[in-house]
Parts: sequence; structure tokens; C-alpha cells
Amino acid sequence: MKYLLRHLGLYLLAIWVSLTLNFLLPRTMPGNPVSALIGRMHGKFSPDQIEALKKAYGFTNAPVLQQYFDYLTHALRGDFGLSISAYPAKVSTIISTALMWTILLGLVTLLLSFLLGTVLGVIVSWRRGGFLDSVLPSLFNFIGSFPYFFLAMLALFILGFTLNWFPMSHAYSDLLSPGWTWEYIGSVIYHLIMPAGTVILVSVGGWLIGMRSTMIAVLAEDYIIMAEAKGLPQWQVMFKYAMRNAILPNFTQFGMSIGFILGGQILTEIVFSYPGLGFYLVRAVTAHDYPLMQALFLMITLAILVANFIVDLLYVRLDPRVRAA
Amino acid sequence: MSASIPACGPPNLGNKMKPIMQSSQAENVGKPKSAPGRSMQSTQKEFLAGLLSQRKAMFGAILLAIFILAAIFAPLIAPGDPTRFVGRQNQPPSAEHWLGTTGQGQDVLAQLVIGSRVSLLVGFTVGLLITLLGLAIGMTAGYLGGIVDGLLNVLTNVFLIIPALPLLITLASFLPPGIATVTFVLTITSWAWPARVFRSQTLSLREKDFVAASIVSGESTFRIIFSEILPNMMSLVVSSFFGNVIYAIGADVGLAFLGFENVTTVSWGTMLYWAQNNSALLQGAWWTFVPPGLCVALVAFATTLLIYAVDEVTNPRLKTEKEITAVLKKYRITTKRATPVIRDPAG
Amino acid sequence: MALLDVKNLQVEYLTARGPVKAVDGISFNINPGEVVGLAGESGSGKSTAAHAILRILRSPAIITGGQALFGERDILSMSDEELEQFRWQNIAIVFQSAMNSLNPVMRIRDQLLDVMQQKGFSKSQALHRARNLFNLVGIEASRLDSYPHELSGGMRQRTVIAISLALSPDMLIMDEPTTALDVVVQKDILEQIAVLREKLGFSILFITHDLSLLVEFSTRILIMYAGQIVEQAPAYELFKNPLHPYTVGLMNSFPSISGDKHRLTGIAGSPPDMIAPPSGCRFHPRCPKAMPVCSQKTPVMKTVSEDHTVACHLY
Repeated sequence: MKYLLRHLGLYLLAIWVSLTLNFLLPRTMPGNPVSALIGRMHGKFSPDQIEALKKAYGFTNAPVLQQYFDYLTHALRGDFGLSISAYPAKVSTIISTALMWTILLGLVTLLLSFLLGTVLGVIVSWRRGGFLDSVLPSLFNFIGSFPYFFLAMLALFILGFTLNWFPMSHAYSDLLSPGWTWEYIGSVIYHLIMPAGTVILVSVGGWLIGMRSTMIAVLAEDYIIMAEAKGLPQWQVMFKYAMRNAILPNFTQFGMSIGFILGGQILTEIVFSYPGLGFYLVRAVTAHDYPLMQALFLMITLAILVANFIVDLLYVRLDPRVRAA
Repeated sequence: MSASIPACGPPNLGNKMKPIMQSSQAENVGKPKSAPGRSMQSTQKEFLAGLLSQRKAMFGAILLAIFILAAIFAPLIAPGDPTRFVGRQNQPPSAEHWLGTTGQGQDVLAQLVIGSRVSLLVGFTVGLLITLLGLAIGMTAGYLGGIVDGLLNVLTNVFLIIPALPLLITLASFLPPGIATVTFVLTITSWAWPARVFRSQTLSLREKDFVAASIVSGESTFRIIFSEILPNMMSLVVSSFFGNVIYAIGADVGLAFLGFENVTTVSWGTMLYWAQNNSALLQGAWWTFVPPGLCVALVAFATTLLIYAVDEVTNPRLKTEKEITAVLKKYRITTKRATPVIRDPAG
Repeated sequence: MALLDVKNLQVEYLTARGPVKAVDGISFNINPGEVVGLAGESGSGKSTAAHAILRILRSPAIITGGQALFGERDILSMSDEELEQFRWQNIAIVFQSAMNSLNPVMRIRDQLLDVMQQKGFSKSQALHRARNLFNLVGIEASRLDSYPHELSGGMRQRTVIAISLALSPDMLIMDEPTTALDVVVQKDILEQIAVLREKLGFSILFITHDLSLLVEFSTRILIMYAGQIVEQAPAYELFKNPLHPYTVGLMNSFPSISGDKHRLTGIAGSPPDMIAPPSGCRFHPRCPKAMPVCSQKTPVMKTVSEDHTVACHLY
């Protein structure tokens, strides 16, 4: 339990740092949301209105600590104010749909690449020096050298534009409306294939090579020799003895990798115009929509921390030695 | 590629997503080579000799050298202003323009060659800065221990867990777009991974006998860190540096793609930015985005090969594993489960 | 008929520097109910030989010659599938470090059950048997639910012994089973093993570098040096009348608590390089009784008295 508490503490600290960063940045850096909004509206505000706007975004004349406290309480309530680029829409509304799509894409890519990479890593390490072992790690290493979004562009171009096999943008067909119909779900899956596919392709290599690494270390252990000496069948030794131990270090890596996969996913969302958090984040930046941008940053961070915590819970289940500690 | 992944840079934003794990060589670093700190020349020579004997290293080094040389001599290879208008828009590769023209009628090859200067410069600079910063923080935390370590460790972990790209975007959005901004935000956010690696290495080295001997003989902390511990970490530092360079190039390209570099600068990243914004894909103009992306991948790949080579030279276990695999191949033994029985005199 | 008959076993390690012959033609047999001790210093090849019998040596080891006959069947010519069937049922092995032999993420119970269920036991039968085994080795059955790291060193070793007996093997190979334990626990475990042997009647190939352990415990002792067996005799006979200078050296290396005081002498020199071992008798560079012929001709095993054989030019 100490393990979990320690991690939880770190996550709470990270959230607090993100919130504080969000608070400090507009107040210390050259950019300023209110001026941005005014700029957008081409200065059609009266001085009173400007004051009201400033107040609405938390730029009151109250002491900084007061502003900070107000900001924190608002954020914890989920109130991030009004979007500038989509004024007067609430930021929270915009985020909720985007969050859904990002989580969908994220879960699919994360789970599939982890599973694929792990299984391939086990297979490759079992027959070291074999054909697969000499080909796959190098191949995936090379593929992994490409920037995510570049592969996305390549896929979009070849499979989407040239061959027209897959849709080139959005999360579902523009002709359909959301609902629990087979048509809609099918369209969603169809639109997922390319974005998820490119992210998986770039990420699998990492899992594969990592798993292979840990498998090789585990296969050198005595309990594997013991399992062989016991006359257990090959699959039992490979999975129940070897993989079950080799997967543990990868789990701790999993948590950290989530942050980075999401980074790549953001870029991929842009290429495919996939309406997730990343997509909106970049749009918010271009439009200088700071409230939206900061809320998105917080959401993304929160999503990652939650995912990390879930992985921690899983890890405690899988490794009995940690439970004792 | 043999065994484990070296602990080089933090995971690339745009490239490999997986944080590369602790180096297998980390277990072997720290055996004081002859008299600690002294006679570095002989071990350095061995190191270089070993490195050059690797085919992978040679390939990687040559490839990287080609890029670096092209960047240095860029104005000679592609003279003139790469942003000037030279022809019709989106022209496919031809004899006149080997890589065709961009959506603004500029020569792609010229942009590629000149742009390499910015991309490589930012990549190497940021890579170096991150490595140095990570060394400073990691070694301080690792050597001093106690409260200092506790605080620095928490700081490092926070920076590790907050997702990189969103943080970069948030920070960069408040600053004017440009190379300085990109360099700055990358440096202050990406030191955490190398710091972590160096800290754990310093921790294990600190326990070694030769450090204890130095402490007892009254060497100052400064000297111990720089003349005793650091030299024994050098191979890790080198591979970490290369990894950081890969990360930096990828991250820079990613940020440029998002528009955070001054879009009038020519770099591989901005080329991709313009390709995306001019809807190159929808116009079938693959030559506007494939070359820069390919270059990034090739530089990353070449550097990865170098890292593997460094790892192999410095980790004897990896070396013997390779030798064993070669020997097994020679006797045509495929690893079955049980110990093989080979009765002919070839053994 | 002998339970296990090893003839001219040869094992090599393939290294980049060339093949290292770790076991160079050893022959011995083990009869039902016997405890045969295999003693020698580190690097003598005793562990390698034992692992080779079950064919669990890892790459880059290869077996280059000989036979290991268990009854009529030669273990060295079995296929992977046949070995799967053969292992543990007929010969089981107890490794030096119990902690490292146990899967850290599996409960003890499951590590006992899997080998039994593999050979056809039902889950309840296996569980029942597991409890009996734990009784036999003196651990309470509730510990079956534990993980390896939750047990003490002595308990772990008993657990490993219990697992080795799961399929009632005819023979156990014990590779330095007590070296990693402290002296008091060592004695306990050895007594336990002796009791179990009385009850269940299996033979043991007991490998160790500690000759003093073997003298009380084993029926016969084999002395191994540089990949070869140099002397073989019933335990008491060997103790009373060691013939080979190496055996004498080994005996003198251990202090005895009782009896006359005698000078402790080690054995001069260090184990030979197995890529290019010394010519003739491999021990000659370190032998206090070396003669000119020792560096020229390899001695053959000669029977000196009943059941006492030695490979030395002195005889």
C-alpha cells in the first residue's frame, strides 16, 4: 500500500503543479487571454466591458493569492470559464466530447500496441538468433524512428488519398448522427483504423524491444531452468514462468509511456482531423484561446495520471512482492 | 539488434514513444578502469577501436556524418535563398528541381539541405543542454543524498509524469514563435529523464570502494564527482547524449509542425508544417513532405545504431552474447529446449 | 542393475576462444538406494555433469559424447518430448539456491501442483499430495498459500525438496543444496533428507565441494578434478585411506573439531585453464608427489582395493 500511496502523492503533486503553472503562465508571460479576446473582437468593447471580461477570466484587482485560490476552486469544480475562439461557449462543454474521442483512440492504441508488442517480444525472445529475432527488432526500430505524424501523413496519403481505402478525416462519417446503431459504430471503427494504426505501428517497436529485453533477463534465471527440469510443457514455461515475470518491468514503464503515446497521438489527431483533445489543443493555440488551451492541458494531464494510477493498481495485483513492501 | 535498449534520451515526442529502459551497460559501468581517473588515454583508445570495429557503428557514423557535412556545406550545395519563388507550385520532381517544388513554388531540395542546418543545430544543442542539465541535477541528487536528493527526486518525477508535448505546447504558446523559444522550452522540460538515469548511476557508483577511498583520503566533493565518478560514467553519458539528440530532433520537428517555430525559418519541421497547411496530401504532392520526414527518420536511425554500438563496446555481457550467437550459428545449433548432443568432432 | 549408468560423458562449452571441455569422459553409476557423493572444487565440472544428465544445461553448452543410461534408455538420445515425459518422474533435481529456483510471482502451492497436474493428477489429488509432502518435510500446510519471498531460507530449501519429491522420483540430484544456508540449518536439512530417504527409498547424487558433509552422508564418493573423476571409493574407505594426492589435499583442507591437531594445508596453485589443460595428469602442476611420467601420460582408473578405484601414476 505504501507503493500506491507514494504514487498517488506524486500524481496529486503533479496536478497541483499543472494547475499552478496554468495560473502563473498568463500572469508572467507576454501572452494574455483578455487582450487576445479583445484583439479577436477587434476592440469592440467598452472599458466597462473590458473590466468585466478581465474579472470573468480571473484577472481581478484582488491580491494574487486570492486570485489563485479562486482559480483553484473554480478548476476543481470543473469551471474553466468561457472559450475565446468559440465565445461564448463554455470550455467544459467543448472538452467533454473531445475527451471521449481521445480516450477511445488512446485506449485502442495503447491496449493493442501493448498486447501486440508484448506477445511479439515473448515470441522473438524464445527463439533467439532465429529468423524473427533477427528481423523484427531492427525492423520496428527503423519504423519507430519515424515521427508519428509523418507516418500518419504517409498513411493518409497512400491509403487515404491515393488508394481511397480509408476515410481521411474525422471520427465518424459526416452523413451519420451519433447513436448506438451498428452503422454508427461501424463508421467509428472504420475511422479509427488509420489513426490508431499509425500510432500502433510506431509504438509496437518500443514494447517489443522492451519485452524482449526483460524476457532475455528472465530466461537466464534459475527458476526457468527449474521449470524446464520439471518437465513442464513449453507454453507453460514461456507464459506462466517467463512472461509472467518479464512483464512486470514493462508495467512500470507502461505508466510513463502513456504520457508519450498521448503526445504522439495529439500530432496524429491533427493529421487526421480527429476531434480529440489534441486536435482542439492545437486549434486553441492558433486562436490564442488560452482558457480552452489551459483546460485541455489539464485534462490531458489528468487523463494520464488516472491511467498511471490504474496501471499502478494492476501492478500491485501482479507482483506479490510489492504488496508486502 | 542485440539485447537490451540503452538508456539514452527521453522518449521522442514525434518518434519512438517508449521510454528506453535502463541500460544493460549501467551494471558494468563503474569498474574503475586501472587507476581510477588516471590512464584514461588507454581506455579511450580501446573504446574508439572497439567502436570502429562494429559494422553497425560504421554505418551509423557514416550516415550521420553525411547529414552533418551536408548541413555544414549547405550554402555551397544549395546556393541562394531557399524561400525564393523558383517555379510553379507543387511541381513533381524533375531534372530542374530534383525534389520538385513546394506549395509556394519553392525548391524542395534547397529547403531540405538548408533546413537541415536548423534541425540538426537545434537537435544537437538541445541534446547537449539536456544532457548537461540532467548530469548536474542527477549527479547532485545522487551524490549528496538526503534532503537534497529527496527534493530533486520529487522535482524530477513531477517533470517526468506531466506529459511532455502538452506541456511544451502550453509553455511555447505564451512565447513568440522561433528557434529560441523551442530551444528554451525543450531544455527546461526534458532534462528529467537523463537526470533520473544519471542519478541512479551516481548512486551505485557512490557505493564503490574507490569512492570510499577518495573520501577517506580527503578529496573534495567537487574532485570526487568530476575525477572519480564522472569518468566511470562516460559511456552512459555518451549514449545518453545521443539519445537526447534523437529526442530533441524529433521534438523540434513536432513543435515546428505545430507552428511553434517561426514559419519563415526553413527547417525540416517547418517544411512539414507547410505541407500540412497547404494540404499537400490532398493535392498529391508527396515530395513536399516525404523528404523531410525521411531525413528525420534516417538521422534518428543512424544515431540509434551508434547508441547500440556504444552499448556493445562497453558491455562485455552483450559482447559475449553476440559472440556466442555467432559461434552457435557456426555449428548450426538452433536453440532447442534441451541441451543438444553433438557427437561429431566438429565440437 | 544400476539405476543410472553414465559412460564416458563429455560436455563442452562453446566460447569465442574455442571449445572448453568442462567434462572430459567421466563414468560412474548409481544403484537403487545409494547416496553417491560427487566432490571437487569450483570449476571441476561436477555441476555441469549433473545438469548434463538431465540435459538442462544452457547454451553454449553441448554434450559431445557418452551415454547416460537410465535403465535401458539413454537420456542423451531422447527428444524434447521424451525428455518432457522423463524429467522429474524419474530423476528430479534440487538446486543450490532455493530462492532463485522458485518462481517469485507464483504461490508455492501452484508450483507444487503444476508438475503433478501435468502428469495426470487431478487438482484435489494433487492438493492432497502437496499437503502430505509438506508434512514430510516439516512445514505446515498453511504455508502452501505463501509466495517464495514470504518464507525463510530453511523453509524455502525444504519447499524445493518437497517439490522434487512430488512425483516420487527414483533418483534425486542435489546440487550443493546446503551451501547457501548457515551451519545450523544445514544440519537440519541434511537430517531431513536422510529421514526422507529412509522413508521413500530414492537414490541421491549429492554434489558438493565440502567433503566433510559427504563422509557421513554418502554411500560412495567420487572425486572430480578438471573435468575428470580421479578417485572413487565407499565413503568410509575414502576417509580412512585417501589415495589420490588431490583427495588428500581436500581432506587436509578442512579443520576437524575433534581428534589430533594437524596443520591445515591447502592445495597449492589454482584450477587449470580448461581450454588447454595440462598434459598427462591434469593435477601434476599442483601435485606434491608429481613424477616425470605424470606430465607425459594420462593415468587410467585402476582398481586398488575392493570398490576403490583411482587414476594416479602412484598406483
